Amino acid sequence: MSTLTHPGTEHADTDNRILRRRRVRQNWGNPWLYLPLTGCLLLMIAPFLWMLSGSFKPEADIRRLPPVLIPTAPTTANYSELFRSLDFTSMFANSVIVSLAITAGNLLFCSMLGYALAKLDFRGRRVVFSLVIGTLMVPALVTFVPLYVLVANMELTGSLIGLILPFLAGPFGVFLMRQFISTLPDELIDAARVDGCRELAIFWRIILPLTRPALATLGIITFLGSWNSFLWPLVVAQNQDQYTLPVGLALASSGQSFTRYGILLAGAVVVLLPVMLVFLRFQRQFVAGIATTGLK
Amino acid sequence: MTSMSTKTLPGRGDVHELSTGRPDGSAGRRHSAVRRTARAQARAAWILGVPFLALFAAFMVLPVVWSLLMSMTDTESADLRTPLNVSFIGFDNYVRLFEDEQFVHALRNTGVFVLVGLPLTLAAGLAAAVALDRGIRRFRAVFRVGFYLPVITSVVAVAVIWKTLLDPRAGLVNTVLAWFGINGPAWLADTRFALPVMIVMAVWRNLGTVMIIMLAGLQSVPQSLMEAAELDGAGAWQRFWRVTFPLLRPALLLTAVTTGINYLQFFDEPFVMTNGGPLDSTLSATLYSYNQFGNGNYDMASAAGYVVFVLIVALTVLQFRVLRDKD
Repeated sequence: MSTLTHPGTEHADTDNRILRRRRVRQNWGNPWLYLPLTGCLLLMIAPFLWMLSGSFKPEADIRRLPPVLIPTAPTTANYSELFRSLDFTSMFANSVIVSLAITAGNLLFCSMLGYALAKLDFRGRRVVFSLVIGTLMVPALVTFVPLYVLVANMELTGSLIGLILPFLAGPFGVFLMRQFISTLPDELIDAARVDGCRELAIFWRIILPLTRPALATLGIITFLGSWNSFLWPLVVAQNQDQYTLPVGLALASSGQSFTRYGILLAGAVVVLLPVMLVFLRFQRQFVAGIATTGLK
Repeated sequence: MTSMSTKTLPGRGDVHELSTGRPDGSAGRRHSAVRRTARAQARAAWILGVPFLALFAAFMVLPVVWSLLMSMTDTESADLRTPLNVSFIGFDNYVRLFEDEQFVHALRNTGVFVLVGLPLTLAAGLAAAVALDRGIRRFRAVFRVGFYLPVITSVVAVAVIWKTLLDPRAGLVNTVLAWFGINGPAWLADTRFALPVMIVMAVWRNLGTVMIIMLAGLQSVPQSLMEAAELDGAGAWQRFWRVTFPLLRPALLLTAVTTGINYLQFFDEPFVMTNGGPLDSTLSATLYSYNQFGNGNYDMASAAGYVVFVLIVALTVLQFRVLRDKD
């Protein structure tokens, strides 16, 4: 552009090129990024493809060298073996019950306190908030030992309640709900108040419906977290009636059955499947929720 | 209610006046109304807060305090059903802890895990987010889900999958290496490789979280700002470091703090995959604590847990110092 001979045409040329590039970008973004990113994506999901294919392979196929991705003789034997000999059905039911109960508890209790901390004026509000947030930093193993003693003394180690009760109300949920509810306009609550709406009704009828996106986020996070939680159920569950899926899978993998890869991979699929469905179904809310609550 | 009902059908307008405190000549009435709502608010707040706070006190505050006391007592011979029947020994457990070579070794492993794993995770997550945000228009959801999939997978499932992938004989990894003439090691049974493998796994598993939060942060960067910078002649690199990156600071702080807290508690993978081995090369501070718990040394387990707690607080404070907005 430093030459001054045909400034007009040169400009037009550059403009054209920029415009053309813009149009491609609008449709595809930067086409050169697809190749490396697809490579990365393959690296990310390769273990899952391996899991999926392995779960349908007969044992001999898994150990075949070189490995084949598409099973030569696909079989569902691994899955039937899993549910027959390892009793995955009751573990599955336990996982569902425990995760749903913990999720419901967190949604209710955390949104209640979250609203109080965000919008209601009361003495000790700051202290309560700092206390709750401070415990986000407490490692699980600090509370683990006394928690175990506590639950054992309450004689809850033999029931699913022992798996659920200590995790019904977590600090993260309060943080998330408070952050979200803070962004709702105060005028809404004031208007309800002067219309004669009682304080608790404001929470139930006005705030709760408006916090649906945050509730969705918290619900997914809590559900995924408790579905995958492993250490506590492992220690508290005393017999097979109370095992959750991860516990059953871990015990199966640490036993003599280390050689039976097919069954373990089928177990991994069963553990992962519900979580994937939940995530795919609510992906949008999840991302939107993180965006509005996580960054404030 | 009563003050309002003196009027026939309180219209929105005058009621609004009442609540916003516009001087309407009825200062006294307004005052009592304000005080009444204040009391009602406080009462509602406690009603709403009590269920959470009761559970929180029983299953969080009590255990935290109890654990601290336990870490300063000798629980060796104590019956835990009568937790007060123990002798107070101050910081002796902590001294014993740091005299135990195994714990020091575990701390070092944890340190390596955090110091290497955390920056790698943040960088990988940020790179993925930038690439997706700036470069990709089509199939963005596919990429997002693919990168996020490991995050939502149970550690046990991850461990099982990776164990089979890393199997020295039939694993996919060593088979691929063999194509290039490389004789792959027995990854998880080799003291040189076990911890690095765990770090790679952790990055693979956690970068999706960083990516999703960073993506949200990137999407809040105003397009006009980028265009202005472009017009001013800033290259892509400059635009990123001068415009985008400073705006990402809150997102970076959030992910650095939460991932840091997770990594200092590094536990599940070594517990499931190697049980701290081989030769303690993947033993972490929390796994050490858990093993002490398993052996009935509740005092030592609590002390080790508190050491990790202190480290978490220190790291978090440091991250806030470094990454907070400097205005």
